[in-house]
Amino acid sequence: MTQGAAGFIVVHILGKAYRVPAGLTILGAMEYAGYRLVRGVGCRGGFCGACGTIYRTRNDYRLKVGLACQTVAEHDMYLAQLPFYPASKARYALDELQPNLATLVRLHPELPRCLGCNTCTRACPQGLDVMEYMARAMRGDIAGVADLSFDCIMCGLCASRCPSEQTQYNVALLARRLYGRHLAPKAEQLARRVGEVAACEFDADLERMAALDAKALKGLYNARDIEA
Amino acid sequence: MYPDELRESALRVAASRDRRLKEKHARLTPEEKDALLRGFHPDFREDTQRPVTVGPNSGDRMPHELVDLLEARSRIDPAALALDRADLEADVLIIGGGGAGAAAALTAQEAGARVLLVTKLRLGDANTMMAQGGIQAATSAVDSPATHYLDVMGGGGYTNDPALVRALVRDAPAVVAWLEELGCMFSKRPDGTLMAIHGGGTSRKRMHFARDYTGAEIMRTLRDELLNRDVPVVEFCPALELLLDDQGRCGGAVLQNFETGAFLVAHARTVILATGGFGRLHVSGFPTSNHYGATADGLVMAYRAGAELCFLDATQFHPTGVAYPEQMLGQLVTEKVRGVGAQLVNAEGQQFVFPLETRDAVSAAIIRECGLPGKGVATPTGQKGVWLDSPMIELIHGPGTVRRELPAMFRQYERFGIDMSVNPIVVYPTLHYQNGGIRVDASGSCPRIPGLYVAGEAVGGIHGRNRLMGNSLLDILVFGRRAGHEAATSRLPAAGRLTLEHVRRHNRGVGKAGRGHPPAPLLLPDYVGKQPGA
Repeated sequence: MTQGAAGFIVVHILGKAYRVPAGLTILGAMEYAGYRLVRGVGCRGGFCGACGTIYRTRNDYRLKVGLACQTVAEHDMYLAQLPFYPASKARYALDELQPNLATLVRLHPELPRCLGCNTCTRACPQGLDVMEYMARAMRGDIAGVADLSFDCIMCGLCASRCPSEQTQYNVALLARRLYGRHLAPKAEQLARRVGEVAACEFDADLERMAALDAKALKGLYNARDIEA
Repeated sequence: MYPDELRESALRVAASRDRRLKEKHARLTPEEKDALLRGFHPDFREDTQRPVTVGPNSGDRMPHELVDLLEARSRIDPAALALDRADLEADVLIIGGGGAGAAAALTAQEAGARVLLVTKLRLGDANTMMAQGGIQAATSAVDSPATHYLDVMGGGGYTNDPALVRALVRDAPAVVAWLEELGCMFSKRPDGTLMAIHGGGTSRKRMHFARDYTGAEIMRTLRDELLNRDVPVVEFCPALELLLDDQGRCGGAVLQNFETGAFLVAHARTVILATGGFGRLHVSGFPTSNHYGATADGLVMAYRAGAELCFLDATQFHPTGVAYPEQMLGQLVTEKVRGVGAQLVNAEGQQFVFPLETRDAVSAAIIRECGLPGKGVATPTGQKGVWLDSPMIELIHGPGTVRRELPAMFRQYERFGIDMSVNPIVVYPTLHYQNGGIRVDASGSCPRIPGLYVAGEAVGGIHGRNRLMGNSLLDILVFGRRAGHEAATSRLPAAGRLTLEHVRRHNRGVGKAGRGHPPAPLLLPDYVGKQPGA
């Protein structure tokens, strides 16, 4: 199939050619072509990581990856989706863990096998420096991993391309939870407030407010002071 | 980077920026707000809704797209299924794998129940994952649950169910503390204090957040914890109908394997519906910010089983959906963009509304502005919009703020060649939230159907006619946990023989009236052969 009327391109979905309007995302192109997707589609906004896609373009030997909902389809794109990736996921009791290198390696024994090849970073549709956070993981820098990996959407494209069979996104999630649970400073004000609520300190105010009718509430609402 | 028709107007926005920096648009008076909503909000248009003609809410007006589903036949033939033998069994069956379902599952399991979570797509495929803005909780010294209560009621037009709002605001601090305990990385000051900003309609800075991936951070944490605790989960397995005994007590559901088409019968002591909202019904033809699976399945199932619905004539349009580029049409521009200082500006570079009015009012103001000659911004596809002046954020808070504070937003635009820290962006209201839903009590229990609990966006009444930003991530967790606990500890007598008699009755009812809609629940929207934005 050649490029047809102006404004159309040809994409090859699982090896079959379809003519679709230019400018669609890969997801839009698949649906335009007639696919009713159950897997390989999710939030349609780049947040959920359901639509990892692997593709190649003509005359380019390189395999590329991207999110189907965020990548614009190109002429002569050959694509397949990765709707599921059989990654390993360590089970753990967060409270009982120490936030250190030993914990990361015990739960992810493959971690020291990282080759530092940077393929993961090149694959990341979020533009994260995946190799750098994996390097920090290998140094036990849990805060660093948590910070650098924060925008991870767990699409699994890094793992799909990794020659040393890491599951980078699960290492990152573990590091973030270790950081949030054990290393980040505790929110003291929050803890105080939880105590006050449990001691029913606000209940009288709340009961009074809940007993008011719409007119009375409206009066209070319209007279509210707004924090600057 | 913008086509000509946009570039000229964008220059006017840039030219007026210094002047506007010193200018604060007046807030609407209560009378002005009322007139604005009546004049321009889609809920008040005659042609967007009709009364439903079957079931407990007969006569109530709701969007056509929802009424079509409520009046449709079931996807299953009750006579063709054997219901006595269970393929799956649990104490608590949870339908839905978003934030509400996950919170319910964790809580029910903690209370000692054997839990089974089934979900239509993947665990975590839900609007929760997409919520960027934040979660409200009255944690600061100048704030209190009563102040939070007043904001929620005012936002909802004083129509909210007081018992549900009381539960919402009272549980809020404990819910945030629970997430902190699970290792959620909230944005904090160096001393550990949770960072907090205003959202539309808040009187105190009580919107807590995790950068601008708040919902994703919550969802991936809950999902990880479910896996750690070995909670049984069946993915790609939507529920099609609830099972009731002859007293109308709920004791299970009929599910369908999305890939093989096989029906599965699930029996449970109690059932929690956490199936989300109706964004993907594209009410009134609006684009939507919602997840692919948001097709109101739970409302349809519960309605047939006899549940009462409420507030479904009140749809929330998020004022700032993407209007350009076309590939992002309908996606959300988080309210935080306005929270940190971006103004709404018309094609001539003038402000026309205070940017942090409640969502319904800002949406109506944008729709009104786009209808005035020369004030709306025309994009190449004909989709109208107004400017959201994101570069102002950099002027107020310093260069690099957009990238640092709004990385998700920045990245979304960057993918399509737009640098929102330099260029303003074009927005138009997008269908964002189902304010209404299934009526429940403060424990999450559905009063008309013993054994059935509801949590999350499928619930109606918490937010009245209009939800405030940051109260949805809150409500899914508050009511997910309440429903999970109640469903696990309920002392209801066991259900009798389970049947689909209510579905038979419903099918007979709609058959007689001769309504020709395709069967429901819808499960997924139909985009096959269509061009987005066209």
